[in-house]
Amino acid sequence: MTAVSVDAKGGRVFAIALALAGWVVKFIAVVLVIATFNFILVHAAPGDPAQVIAGQSGASDEKLLAQLRAEYGLDKPYPIQLANYLKRVVTLDLGYSYRQQRTVASLILERLPATLLLTATAFSLALLSGIILGMLAGVRAGKWSDTVLTVVSLLLYATPVFWLGLMLVLLFSVQLDWLPAFGYVTIGVPMTALQRMVDIGWHLILPAVSLAAVYLAIYTRLMRSSVLDVTHQDFIKTAKAKGLKQGRIIIRHILRNAMLPIVTVAGMQAGALVGGAVVIETVFAWPGLGRLIYDALLQRDYPVLLGVFLVMSVIVIALNLLTDAIYRVIDPRVSVRAAS
Amino acid sequence: MNRREFAKLMGVSAVALSGIPLGVTRAVGQTKGGTLNTIIQPEPPILVTALNQQQPTLTLGGKIYESLLRYSPDLKPLPGLAQSWEVSQDGLTYTFKLFPGITFHDGKPLTADDVIFSMTKLLPETHARARGIYSRIEKADAPDPLTVVFKLKSTFAPFLTALDCTTGPIVPKHIYDGTEYRKNPANAQAIGSGPFKLKEWVKGSHVHLVRHEGYYRKDEPHLDEIIYRIIPDSASRAVALEQGKIQLTQWNDIEMFDVARLSKLPNFEMTTKGYEYFAPHQWLELNNRIKPMDDKRFRQAIAYALDLKSMAQRVYFGLPKVATGPVSSATRFYEKDVKRYDYSLDKAKALLDDMGLKPGAGGKRVTIKYLTPPYGEIYQRAAEFIRQSLGRVGIDLQIENTDVGGWAEKFSNWDYEMTGNLVYQFGDPALGVSRTYISSNIKKGILFSNTAGYSNPEVDRLFEEAATSTSEAKRQELYSQVQKILVEDVPVVWMFEQAYPTFIDKRLKNVTTTAIGVHESFSDVSFG
Repeated sequence: MTAVSVDAKGGRVFAIALALAGWVVKFIAVVLVIATFNFILVHAAPGDPAQVIAGQSGASDEKLLAQLRAEYGLDKPYPIQLANYLKRVVTLDLGYSYRQQRTVASLILERLPATLLLTATAFSLALLSGIILGMLAGVRAGKWSDTVLTVVSLLLYATPVFWLGLMLVLLFSVQLDWLPAFGYVTIGVPMTALQRMVDIGWHLILPAVSLAAVYLAIYTRLMRSSVLDVTHQDFIKTAKAKGLKQGRIIIRHILRNAMLPIVTVAGMQAGALVGGAVVIETVFAWPGLGRLIYDALLQRDYPVLLGVFLVMSVIVIALNLLTDAIYRVIDPRVSVRAAS
Repeated sequence: MNRREFAKLMGVSAVALSGIPLGVTRAVGQTKGGTLNTIIQPEPPILVTALNQQQPTLTLGGKIYESLLRYSPDLKPLPGLAQSWEVSQDGLTYTFKLFPGITFHDGKPLTADDVIFSMTKLLPETHARARGIYSRIEKADAPDPLTVVFKLKSTFAPFLTALDCTTGPIVPKHIYDGTEYRKNPANAQAIGSGPFKLKEWVKGSHVHLVRHEGYYRKDEPHLDEIIYRIIPDSASRAVALEQGKIQLTQWNDIEMFDVARLSKLPNFEMTTKGYEYFAPHQWLELNNRIKPMDDKRFRQAIAYALDLKSMAQRVYFGLPKVATGPVSSATRFYEKDVKRYDYSLDKAKALLDDMGLKPGAGGKRVTIKYLTPPYGEIYQRAAEFIRQSLGRVGIDLQIENTDVGGWAEKFSNWDYEMTGNLVYQFGDPALGVSRTYISSNIKKGILFSNTAGYSNPEVDRLFEEAATSTSEAKRQELYSQVQKILVEDVPVVWMFEQAYPTFIDKRLKNVTTTAIGVHESFSDVSFG
């Protein structure tokens, strides 16, 4: 008996180890493929950083272009540039932006906190309120409160995010003067750590709400239909039949089961949120990663562009993995093997 | 209810908020001190103007790096680092006397050695425009630490017009000599001798400049600090201005279509002054190598077909002046007595008929591709206007859009049919005008060269002679002649002397007193 159980346990550990190893190999392969694609895509755009600098300097000559191209390593053939790049990726070196005279890693690290703060706030806000509002709409399907929620979420879904941002600025900053219109923190004023936190939070409200709006609408809609779906399942009837109270049924049975599609979609969108904040970051002059990418693209700052792409793809892969893990917590039917 | 009250209402601790001025500038209404909040966009890559000459770099770097001279709005030299100067009779030797007591931000003195190093070693290596001018220096001497003597290889009259802070910024020799200039770690600190020094640069957010205490001009700078905020969205910039969060805008910060509305703000005055040195000249670039644009009659027809007065009103909201030829009226040696191309569809059609370009199906004579310059929404609106205008005479314009990289690549490699161009004049035709028309400057892959491919030996000769002549009267005569020829030939179709709206808080004094305008050092700018 004991031997068998040890075997079974050993087999399970082995299966998990195998799954992990397989996952690591896949991860590296995916990252390298992504890095190669990024490289090709980025260099396929016409023009190079030297031309951009010339184009914005009002003067140019052969020497300037040659100097800049040599400095950026653009004087070498593409395959060699690609090989050099992949070599750096493998050694976890993101490279150096000659344009900004900084390492790409430091540029990204500097911008990442602002983006994470913004997107995490917006994401939590959207997810939490989306789930709650969707639940409310779902259990009250067909009633007037459901209709109101549905109409509002449709409107939010259809509103362009930059427009919403600007309208919020017009209302809360220009008209009412309650909230700052742009920026991350009040500049040029000595502040204690606490004051600084409050000040950042103050600046965070408008961009976070604008960014959350669309996602909020999506989660509300999704949660509503998911709740409706689950409500008609047999096990809910059983729960009702055995006399459980409505509140308990909603929380223990409906909510838990209705969450699955939300987790799937949220997992996919969490990745998009990291890079998807470009518009909001631009409207609110929020010093995040999205704007770093956008500027780097216009300037053809290849190392920065490639570095941000790579970091983002790693984040997206990691988030997908996290989604898988959450699945297993919520739904015991999902096994290690199936997820791997 | 304002923000502070709102904050209280929302239960935010009043203690946490106290001491944070909410968007109000401190210390205003007095001559000394104060914080100037303004905008910089797009964010410059570095601040060392000797190494990068993109417009935002120059705007910011102008506060950090100074040059030998400044210029009045009519382009007369004024003292900069040099308090006086002399030009020898033969026009070859230039002697500059520096102000005493000039120091760099690191405390070391600025002497003739730094000037000579910057202008004869570093800038000819790193600065495309300076290279063309300062490489004419044959010999530089420093008879004493405050005197610089330049001897030119041959006469070059515009030398005295090319010593502004965007062309000739003086950098510290002790930091750069013997190093790889572009890779010098000190570039991040941007050490110059200007009235303001870099305190902090939070990428993506702002650049914070503070007073250079060792500045050599008595009682200057007046301001304590300047904060350049990076605000990428034009609507947000307009809001910042309306709310008084900033006290100054420059260049493209405010879109032309917002100007009329924002000009009504009681606390701001709007001016288009301060761009005289650059005198950005806007034109339609026609690839002279391609049929039918190789024919002078076709180019003239386009000049007649554009109702520029109406375009200035409708697209640019009345800000720019209609250009009459290759030289801006703000630049020296402008000639106004040239052939005129007043709006006339009949004349345009007659010229096209004369060429044998008869209207085909739907009145179309010819189809031409137009590559829209990537410098903002206003250029797209302009493209629409041009397309409609040319459509009226049977020229069908197909608009293509791209970004700066794509535009620069296609345009500089002559892979275009028609595009727009905006070129600075730098105060003298020999510095900013001739480069577009002389045949020795037809250089593939190089922007702002003779990209249209126009070639006329007479024009080459006149420009060459005018650049080296030392007599002002003679130069005027030669430039007048060349302007007349060019306007007859229309190598490009000049449209506007571009104007930019500078919004200035009414409390601010001396912002646009020179031809360098917002690129100037701001040492004498003050509140009240």
